[in-house]
Amino acid sequence: MSDRVDLAQSAAPGRIFDSPWIRALSALLFVFLLGIVFHADGAFFQWGTHRDMLRQISVIGMLACGMTLVIITAGIDLAVGSILGLNAVLFAMLSLRLSWPPLLALGACLMTGIACGAISGTVIARFKMQPFIATLAMMVFARGLAKSISGGEKVSGAVAQPDGSYAYVDLPRIFQAIDHKVAGGNVAVVTLIFLGCILVCWVLLAKLRWGRYIYAVGANEEAARLSGVPVNLVKLLAYSLSGAFAALAGICQAIQEQQGDPEAGATYELSAIAMVVIGGTSLMGGRGRIAFTLIGTLTIGYLEKILSINAVSEASRLILTGIIIVAAVLLQRKSR
Amino acid sequence: MLLSMCNICKSFSGIPVLQDVSFDLNPGEVHILAGENGAGKTTLIKILAGVHTDYHGEIEMDGRKVRFASPHDAARKGISVIHQEMSLVGSLPVIDNVFLGREMRRWFSAGLLVDRARQMTKAQELCAWLGLDLDLNRPVDDYPLSIKNRIEIAKALAFDARILIMDEPTSALSEPEVERLFQVIAELKRRGKAILYITHRMEEIYRIGDRITVLRDGRWIGTAPARELADAELIRWMIGRELATHFPAGSKEHGDERLRVEHFSVAQPGASTAQTERWLVKDVSFAIRAGEVLGIAGLQGSGNGVLLEGLFGAWPKAVMGDVYLDGKPLSLRSPHASIQQGLAHVTSDRKGTGLILGFDIAQNISLASLEAISPWGFLRKKKEEEMAARQVQSLSIRGAALTQEVQNLSGGNQQKVMLGKWIETSPRVFLLDEPTRGIDVGAKHEIYELIQRWKADGIAIVLITSELQELIGLADRILVMHRGQISREFSREQATQEKILRAAMGEAWIN
Repeated sequence: MSDRVDLAQSAAPGRIFDSPWIRALSALLFVFLLGIVFHADGAFFQWGTHRDMLRQISVIGMLACGMTLVIITAGIDLAVGSILGLNAVLFAMLSLRLSWPPLLALGACLMTGIACGAISGTVIARFKMQPFIATLAMMVFARGLAKSISGGEKVSGAVAQPDGSYAYVDLPRIFQAIDHKVAGGNVAVVTLIFLGCILVCWVLLAKLRWGRYIYAVGANEEAARLSGVPVNLVKLLAYSLSGAFAALAGICQAIQEQQGDPEAGATYELSAIAMVVIGGTSLMGGRGRIAFTLIGTLTIGYLEKILSINAVSEASRLILTGIIIVAAVLLQRKSR
Repeated sequence: MLLSMCNICKSFSGIPVLQDVSFDLNPGEVHILAGENGAGKTTLIKILAGVHTDYHGEIEMDGRKVRFASPHDAARKGISVIHQEMSLVGSLPVIDNVFLGREMRRWFSAGLLVDRARQMTKAQELCAWLGLDLDLNRPVDDYPLSIKNRIEIAKALAFDARILIMDEPTSALSEPEVERLFQVIAELKRRGKAILYITHRMEEIYRIGDRITVLRDGRWIGTAPARELADAELIRWMIGRELATHFPAGSKEHGDERLRVEHFSVAQPGASTAQTERWLVKDVSFAIRAGEVLGIAGLQGSGNGVLLEGLFGAWPKAVMGDVYLDGKPLSLRSPHASIQQGLAHVTSDRKGTGLILGFDIAQNISLASLEAISPWGFLRKKKEEEMAARQVQSLSIRGAALTQEVQNLSGGNQQKVMLGKWIETSPRVFLLDEPTRGIDVGAKHEIYELIQRWKADGIAIVLITSELQELIGLADRILVMHRGQISREFSREQATQEKILRAAMGEAWIN
């Protein structure tokens, strides 16, 4: 909650792991050292490797931003992967098939994401349903909606003609603008968008009154309510923002793939939760930072990148990732 | 003698809660354990039930020394607690609850299979004599509280309990249900069970008690047959000698009427007024002036705490009645609305609902007034620190940095942080529920001084405290609540601990 070091804890000597910063960074450092050791013939020392890693984690990282807000309120949002898929399809439909102006399509998708989040938030806040159940329902619902509007097919610029050939729609400019690298080809635009999401969350959590409310609701909902915190609105805000970030991620995904895949984003919600938790944000709520989520995102990103440049098979990659997540979370718990 | 407890001592983190307490039980008797809140009754029964295992002293059953290792161990040796909060699993069928943890096994199954038929026969037999006509396969939650209460007794009997501990079993029951329970207790006595009964209600003590033991401040005061202990004597035992404590003198001048409460009722929190059968507060009316301290006395379960919560808007759906602040109707739709209208409420449970333990001092103090220090929604950290520093200084919260998490503070400092939070909202009415609970004498005295200061500032204060001396020392007027209603009103001059306690225990029943 605050940058200031807790007095009681810092007074105890030799408890360096008591700082959540150190704990979060140590996991990242460990993975980074793995990369230096297993550098795959110097591939790890090329900036291109890091740039690609950053590009690859950006979409899930956006989901992790919203997930952080929700988890700090002591909730969980399982629907983000499906909302991503829904908006990937929706954006592809609107911009490729219906030729909507890009900004209009973007706005419509964001509103859809917010609406999905707001529905989850309302069910959780107003009707006191458990976040796990409510967002599980939204996860299934949004995936169904994605399949329904796309007819179960990938929505791309290639349109089947009656004679069996394909006509290709010109990709709108926004596709090039976002699927693009800036700063001499060294940074992907989606990475900048992801960092923008981190910044938005940071401003909210660290600078705004509503950010404080988010922590208060997660730490002690009843005490917060009795202190005049509008608990229901706070939850609504957290889930709506999570929906908005998921929609943004869906748009980026559609642009990168140049199509809207109704299956896009499946299981991404689990990766996003892993990123938040590895950073050290507590699932109990009330504690955590967006910076930890950034660290957690990088940790998972590097882990997967290092495993893939060393040509570790996907099966082994999953097994190792699972082990690392448990180890990292145990590390978090140790001094709590 | 079935049970005797000798010279029991128990302390929590160095603070003694029980000192040399002795207690015994005979078969077929109801032994009342009486005492004010905090006298040590609950600790004593928790030792007997095997919850607290690190005590000094000796317990004998049937003349043999015993020491309970766990609640399960105590239950196996024949001690059963009928809890204030039900210990039943609501979603499980009645039959499974009755035998939970001690299922009857089929002899050939190596303890794996439950003998449902035998359980059913036994349960039906128990229910029959408890006067329960139930579908044993239906979940417990299908039945009302009064039935649940008797299901708990059935559970105790299924365990072959010889000692039943009943901790305020009637607090949630209506009159006819209480009657029914008393019949069951009479039957239990006839069958030679011993009953340890805790109650705050005078009428129950004399109605069913055979003997009475009184505890005060963790010490044994006396044991006497109920017939020989007059109620006046009983109350003297509970209160003890007056300790001379100095209370700061406050102004007797009061301003205009600040808060008026008319026909105010509160249903069970969570329930709505339309569907409740039980009112925790019923038809309460009073008024309070600016600069006045109104004390509301009442024993546990009397509804005084719920009254304050209701007035603060904590249960918007559960309240009925009219409340006026400075002559204007007060909206009770949420705590947020109440704060904006000028109410503040210090809860009695500072760790559970009063503070956010993981937040630091500054974050806790600012929590109820963040709107004032965040123009355009941006939280001004500097203003927050100023606010906190101001309260830390004015309340003398010592030896703590603003950035210290409140969970690391002493009880007294935590209490002051909570008060500071509410003072920053500039309240016109201050609802204080046990503001001195669990803090040391020095800190208590500082809080007395603060109350006088707020009084002088023209804040109307409604005060609940279970320390009667404190109530008489601080309040200008005292209302006494019993079973959700106001049973008496005293001026400060009229009030004595005896009179208040009598009214709080329901004197109408003993005259």
